[in-house]
Amino acid sequence: MKYGHLILTNLFRKKTRTALTAGSFAVALFLFGILAVVRGAFQQGVDVAGADRLVVVNRVSIIQPLPLAYRDRLARIPGVTQVTFANWFGGVYQDERNFFPQFAIDRETYRQMYPEFVIPDDQWQAFLGDKEGAVVGAALAERFKWKLGDRIPIKGTIFAGSWEFNVRAIYKGRRVQDDETQFWFRWDYLDERKQFRKGNVGWYTVRIDDPDSAVRVVKAIDEQFANSPAETKTDTEKAFAASWVKQMGNIELLITTIGSVVFFTLLLVTGNTMAIAVRERTRELAVLKAVGFSDGFVLVLVIAETVVVAAVGGGVGLGLAKLFTLRGDPTGGLLPFFYLPASAIASGLALALVVGLLAGILPAFSASRLRIVDALRRI
Amino acid sequence: MGPSGSGKTTLLNLLGGLDVPSEGSVTVAGDEITRMSARKLTAWRARHVGFVFQMYNLIPVLTAFQNVELPLLLTGLSKAERRRHVETALTVVGLTDRMRHYPRQLSGGQEQRVGIARAIVADPTFLLCDEPTGDLDRRSADEVLDLLGRLAGEYGKTILMVTHDPLAAERAQVVLHLEKGVLVDTVTAGRAR
Repeated sequence: MKYGHLILTNLFRKKTRTALTAGSFAVALFLFGILAVVRGAFQQGVDVAGADRLVVVNRVSIIQPLPLAYRDRLARIPGVTQVTFANWFGGVYQDERNFFPQFAIDRETYRQMYPEFVIPDDQWQAFLGDKEGAVVGAALAERFKWKLGDRIPIKGTIFAGSWEFNVRAIYKGRRVQDDETQFWFRWDYLDERKQFRKGNVGWYTVRIDDPDSAVRVVKAIDEQFANSPAETKTDTEKAFAASWVKQMGNIELLITTIGSVVFFTLLLVTGNTMAIAVRERTRELAVLKAVGFSDGFVLVLVIAETVVVAAVGGGVGLGLAKLFTLRGDPTGGLLPFFYLPASAIASGLALALVVGLLAGILPAFSASRLRIVDALRRI
Repeated sequence: MGPSGSGKTTLLNLLGGLDVPSEGSVTVAGDEITRMSARKLTAWRARHVGFVFQMYNLIPVLTAFQNVELPLLLTGLSKAERRRHVETALTVVGLTDRMRHYPRQLSGGQEQRVGIARAIVADPTFLLCDEPTGDLDRRSADEVLDLLGRLAGEYGKTILMVTHDPLAAERAQVVLHLEKGVLVDTVTAGRAR
């Protein structure tokens, strides 16, 4: 670290310029952090999908139902070990802005199918014993300050009418990325009250004995129901979640494009700033070389200055992004998984360092190649 | 000595390994520096040469202490050893009370003395001084010349100095006159040859 003060004093000679350059990195890395959060929010369903679960929907569209009678036929298909089903409800709690996903679930099988959601046994029993019972995610309960025993009125939009539920259980995810914003209630209650399509479900989820046999089981399921009034389309849970993301547009491409433009601009701005800084110090760099510092040392010195600015600015930006995410989803439920993981922070820092390195290379190279006598002649 | 454009600074640069001749070779104290690789020449310069510039060329964002310490960063000396060497060099030039000052807080003469301290701190074989009094008033110039005289007399340093100043030249043991790149006269202790 005996050269540390050389780097720092050079950076602090033009405090405003250094602050602005570091600020550019901070803004870019803040944006990177937020983009990573948004990407993660959209990808969350894909990331947490079970490798051994398949989703069976109506071939025409997911909004078309499937008969309840398919449950037993699915269970008999070789490779299928478990079957559950659910229905999208789509109700409104108090205000349309209070969006959260509501599912009517099969009370007998749903919990076993999704062991990543942890529910205390006594609460689950209370749910099973109450036809109007509901299970809510911990984040959802926190958002609306719900507690066990609260009565929740929800206005049906697909299934018209005023529905009321009793909070009987609160689930938590085992992993940080598990969605804790869902609202479940009993499918039998929905089927009993709804006025149309009785005896139908929204989709099935089946567990298979071996993820490697997914292709075979998918084919077997869809063949089983081919040429029936309700043909099926089966996918792995991961592919199913990914298809949802794709419906909203190519998020990945959008984020990559925005990120690339921002970082390329940052590279040019920082490179130009460092080139100016080197030009201003031509004589000093020549003196360093005259007293015995090598070309390589000058090269590393200039690059180190850029990398330090990049690291500090990038760190500040990512820190601010992390702080921003700690406040939770700002969209009111559209991005339930609003979280900046450590891996994204590490990637952001690495990216900042790489940009810093690239931005510093050309000015550093020209500094290292300075001819001492030429540089000393300049005024 | 010599008129502008006579090649004084070029000669100094060649001797210090800052420049390379378009033809011929340069041998300094037995080392043919024109045959050295860039890396080797840099190391040779760090070991054998101390530069004193007309414009002082101190790093403005470093204190006098830090400027003098620069050549020592290239050595394996510990921080405490470096401090001792720097303080010794600053004592020799009479600036121990200014070691925490930045160049902008020093007078021209003091800046040049810091430059000399930087040149001698690593105990080089010889000093190359390019018009060291060219930017100073008479009094400061005399102080600097006195200092260089002491370095030669008391510390046995070999000093090669380019100057336009006849008073500075008077103090030299040998005066070389250049014109248009040619050595035209050599004067040793007042005797022309």
